[in-house]
Amino acid sequence: MKPHTLSVLVENKAGVLSRVTGLFSRRGFNIESLAVGTCEEPGMSRITIVCIGDDAQIEQVMKQLNKLIEVIKVSDISDMDRVERELALIKVHAEPGSGRAEVMQIATIFRAQIIDVGTKTVVLSVAGDTEKIDALETLLRQYGVKEFIRTGKIALLRGSKTVKSSK
Amino acid sequence: MKTGAKILIESLQREGVETLFGYPGGVVLPIYDELFDSPLNHILVRHEQAAAHAADGYARASGKVGVCLATSGPGACNLVTGIATAYMDSIPVVALTGQVPTSLLGNDAFQESDITGITLPVTKHNYLVKRTEDLGHVVKEAFYISNTGRKGPVLIDLPKDVSTKEIEYEFPENDELVLRGYQPTYRGHARQIEKALELIALAERPLIYAGGGVISSDASRELVQFAEMLQIPVTTTLMGLGAIPCDHPLNLGMLGMHGTQYANYAVTECDLLFSVGVRFDDRVTGKIETFASRAQVIHVDIDPAEIGKNKKVDVPIVGDAKGVLADMCARIQKKAGYQNWISRINSWKQKYPMRFREDGHLRPQMIIRELSDLLAGEGIVVSEVGQNQMWTAQYFCFKKPRTWITSGGLGTMGYGFPAAMGAHFARPDQPVFDIAGDGSFQMNIQELGTVSHNRIPVKVAVLNNMFLGMVRQWQELFHNRRYSFTELPPVDFVKIANAYGVDGMRVDSPDQVREALKTAIETEGPFVLDFRIEREENVFPMVPAGAAINEMIGGCQE
Repeated sequence: MKPHTLSVLVENKAGVLSRVTGLFSRRGFNIESLAVGTCEEPGMSRITIVCIGDDAQIEQVMKQLNKLIEVIKVSDISDMDRVERELALIKVHAEPGSGRAEVMQIATIFRAQIIDVGTKTVVLSVAGDTEKIDALETLLRQYGVKEFIRTGKIALLRGSKTVKSSK
Repeated sequence: MKTGAKILIESLQREGVETLFGYPGGVVLPIYDELFDSPLNHILVRHEQAAAHAADGYARASGKVGVCLATSGPGACNLVTGIATAYMDSIPVVALTGQVPTSLLGNDAFQESDITGITLPVTKHNYLVKRTEDLGHVVKEAFYISNTGRKGPVLIDLPKDVSTKEIEYEFPENDELVLRGYQPTYRGHARQIEKALELIALAERPLIYAGGGVISSDASRELVQFAEMLQIPVTTTLMGLGAIPCDHPLNLGMLGMHGTQYANYAVTECDLLFSVGVRFDDRVTGKIETFASRAQVIHVDIDPAEIGKNKKVDVPIVGDAKGVLADMCARIQKKAGYQNWISRINSWKQKYPMRFREDGHLRPQMIIRELSDLLAGEGIVVSEVGQNQMWTAQYFCFKKPRTWITSGGLGTMGYGFPAAMGAHFARPDQPVFDIAGDGSFQMNIQELGTVSHNRIPVKVAVLNNMFLGMVRQWQELFHNRRYSFTELPPVDFVKIANAYGVDGMRVDSPDQVREALKTAIETEGPFVLDFRIEREENVFPMVPAGAAINEMIGGCQE
């Protein structure tokens, strides 16, 4: 059982996302992360889904997704050479004099940006793979993470390969 | 200028719809007003659930798309059980529902329900039409999706303003369907077909396991030809009954929980299982680890998601059963011989026949056997769900496809009677019998009003044991005979039928059965037979849930 990254090309119509997520919940599959947005083809969206399961379960997930009328293409890109990113915003407790400098130092090391500074808090924006964001969160926890939000993973294949409808 | 309602009715006519089943209500009034003058035959049911089941029965008997129509909110919700039934058995149905005007959508308006959301898990696809301009195309798409690939129900939700709005509309000459994400595979992969034939040639004990997919792709001629060419025995699922004539020498009858002993032994011992149009349902396989565990498995199905879903498959063939079987027949070079295997199966047939006690009591199996004799291969038999369904599957001799109509996947009590009404409109030339239990019949008994009103000549044979029989059987076997809430008080079904203006007859003893059935057949209109059967008769053989399918109870002993 390992996380699989699925890239799903869908028609951008009302209700598509609920068809996709509904399929996961009613068939007892679990979504680890999900990110949706428009893509290079007009009228289409790309969904990146990370889900955990054995090979048979993932095969079944993909086949069931493929049955949805508005799903154009489903690819498991887990074993392919790819780039992955996730964006996270982290609001950390950082009062002047008590750890604020350290927090800012850590941000620099992780190439995170400080995008808001309050009297008692700073907000960091960080992009990277899942492990990097996890590591940063762990480090910042000792200062007090007040709010933490992440977008879910998005992924693209490296080089000229694409996940596109062949039709 | 045309209203949306007019466009809808014209679209249905363009799709070849002749009969639809429905129930009016506030937001579908514009549609009903248009129906009033249209050549479409609308049957007013007494409950929307019956409209969905009738459309489903129509589809199963005809192979065409069945259509039902309901108003918004409660009307639409009442269709859901019927839609789910069609979904589980892959039956082409288009369900039309009214919706509150688009301006009120999401406002919790009177009789509003999110029916596309509600039916998302039980439809192949569904639509909420927001513009009258889209309506014609949506109907075309819906019919196409419903009756192609793996068939299934499609719902179209129609807000009232979409039906009332008037627009300039001409049906396009070439309204091409562009569905990028929906391209069913019909032709089986040639290499895989070759591989399957190679495996069959090497096998010593091959078995064909055929299901509802053979019926829905009208592949029964090809199935029988294939089995005959190679002399391979065939067992069918509940949904596959009729795909091969019951009296064909290669036919082993139904397999699974209430299958024949010889079919279940054959599956257990076969070394090659050729599965076509089946989905390895748990009621068929029993404990999946022991199902055909000595066999290599070939699986032909139009839905790739079915292949490998429940059982590991050695040779997957995605394609339409009819085309794949025809391709396979064309490539068969020489007949294989499986004489030892067939003799072994025949000895099981001799040793473990289907049988029941004939001791002068009124037993349901005997009623079904008599009806089977009387109809002699003619007619359409529909069942409810439970013991009545299993006895019919076991003892009625189905000779042709689309003559057996039953709720297999969802197991919907109350299905049979309305489905029988639908079957009549699909095949008005055929006698239609609904084999019912007293429990199931009472779930849609109000349709006596519909058959009476429209003089629909459906015959109902109630196997009345004053129990929810199948549940009682499980309580007897697995719950120490504690009959918790399964006893039903006696009901005089003849009186109920009479109250609706339907004739009926009560039958108490075996010597009255044949005459009673004849009377029902010869009566022109609908007829209800109330058979007071042995109260604690069981369906045997039976595989307990979760056991291996060769571990049957109540079968013949050696």
